Amino acid sequence: MEFEITKTAKRNIYILLATGLILTLVGVLTGMKSHHFVTRLLTNGLIDSFFFFAMGLGALFFLSLAYATETGWYAAVKRVIEAVAGFLPFGMALMGVVLVVITALDGAHVYQWMDPEVVSHDPIIQGKTAYLNPTFFWIRTIVYFACYLIFLRGFRKRSLEEDKVGGTDLHFMNYKKGALFLVFFAVFSSTSSWDWLMSIDVHWFSTLFGWYTFAGMWCTTMVVLIMVTLYLKKLGHLEKVNDHHIHDLGKWAFATSFLWSYLWFSQFMLIWYANIGEEATYFQMRIENYKLLYFGMFFINFAFPMLILMSRDAKRNAGILTFIGLIIIGGHWVDVYIMVTAGSMGPTAHIGLLEIGMALTVMSIFILVILKNLTKAPLTAHNHPFLDESIHHEI
Amino acid sequence: MSEKVIYVMFDCDGILKDGAKMLVSKGVKISDTFSPFPIHGIDPIIGVKNTRLGIMSFLYGLTGLTLASLGMRFFMIKDWPMNIGGKPNFSYFENLLAFVPISFEFTVLCAAHGMAITYFLRNKTLPGMPAQNPDPRTTDDKFVIEIRTAENSMDEKELDKLIKETGFIEIDKKTI
Repeated sequence: MEFEITKTAKRNIYILLATGLILTLVGVLTGMKSHHFVTRLLTNGLIDSFFFFAMGLGALFFLSLAYATETGWYAAVKRVIEAVAGFLPFGMALMGVVLVVITALDGAHVYQWMDPEVVSHDPIIQGKTAYLNPTFFWIRTIVYFACYLIFLRGFRKRSLEEDKVGGTDLHFMNYKKGALFLVFFAVFSSTSSWDWLMSIDVHWFSTLFGWYTFAGMWCTTMVVLIMVTLYLKKLGHLEKVNDHHIHDLGKWAFATSFLWSYLWFSQFMLIWYANIGEEATYFQMRIENYKLLYFGMFFINFAFPMLILMSRDAKRNAGILTFIGLIIIGGHWVDVYIMVTAGSMGPTAHIGLLEIGMALTVMSIFILVILKNLTKAPLTAHNHPFLDESIHHEI
Repeated sequence: MSEKVIYVMFDCDGILKDGAKMLVSKGVKISDTFSPFPIHGIDPIIGVKNTRLGIMSFLYGLTGLTLASLGMRFFMIKDWPMNIGGKPNFSYFENLLAFVPISFEFTVLCAAHGMAITYFLRNKTLPGMPAQNPDPRTTDDKFVIEIRTAENSMDEKELDKLIKETGFIEIDKKTI
């Protein structure tokens, strides 16, 4: 439609993809003979597919939040949110493949509770088999995926239809569906993170884990929305988006990075203070073996946005936002990396060519899908009832 | 010649905004506006400078953080060290985590109170102070522009002529 992927962008994405694939290949060839290679490969698959899937999911969540609260200002950037949410099916496919392979290999040391051999010797896991067994796990995973897909398709369909017919009927339909999605998401965001990530450290549990994962994903989503919006602005599109919208998106990135830090700290401090052995194992593993990465990641994700994004002018400056955005995305990738790896690989993992290569590969697919989605619809939702409010948005 | 304050009253914030825009474009300096609610976008029109309250808030927060840290270090480490949950208070750094919530709360407390008090002092609106708005109706449904002849190079007649072109409903003058 009005947006075409530029030749430079296409070239850069393919260079990124090729670099990722080459690094992955080199990583595979050099690491193939090592003992835990299959586990390492699947661990990375889970990290990268989850990380980018979560951004799509975060965008879907943000869209339904805006619908349910009848937000006005976002109308001008609505298509950007939809484009990022449009990555969901691809993220699901990637994650689905990884999870199928893991299940087929009896957990492959990633999910120890999938291995009947391990379960038969482990009374703690035996106590959890009513919830953590492959059949129920897959039922839940399919329910999550189906729910997200159905809502995504509905939102997208109504959004495109609104461009043609206008009126407020579709808007109120979106309002209801947005609220309904939030109800499902409130439960699924917690349970899905328990299933996919927390069950890796199968002996350990934390009720805050779902919110902690969700906050990290929300933060990266807001950063991606900022970067895509800034990119489109730079190319001269989205003329209705002004500094005030960018400022608001910047505020979201600032606030959600605080939310994430707050939840990270709450989870950590309560367990640190109570000092109960079965709860502390999770942090013991991470602090003893990944001290620099673990605390470095926290410091980066907390202090950088706090100190740099605090001022009003910084939230309106494209250069600063991009700089901070790249740092936050890297920081949260490391967060997911430690969440998964320290559980599945134990104390010996490190970030090598394979990790970087696979992350770059999935990232280039992620960018390509977002840009493709942007070409499929007009960049402004012309008949959005709040578009006028959004154009006059001023803070 | 005596200095005068001219109060121009409007019925609607939109008309006030258009009027203010017109007056400013003709070179009139508007010293203030009064309104029952914040008028969006009036600041750049009448040339109100950006607030520095944010900077003060940061400084108050920093003060709170410092005070809380110093206080807790004295209470919990130096003066009366306690062993809580198997964590003896040998040094502030080792037990830093336990002190984070209170540091945070005190930072917020100081920033919020400091900001509110600064705002009251700066606007001279401490409890019991006389009201500053020129007309009680500006707290209900009327909007007023204040123009001071002392701040303008034009004389009163020229100002009057310009004001006539705005959609005002009432005009009031006071000699200071």
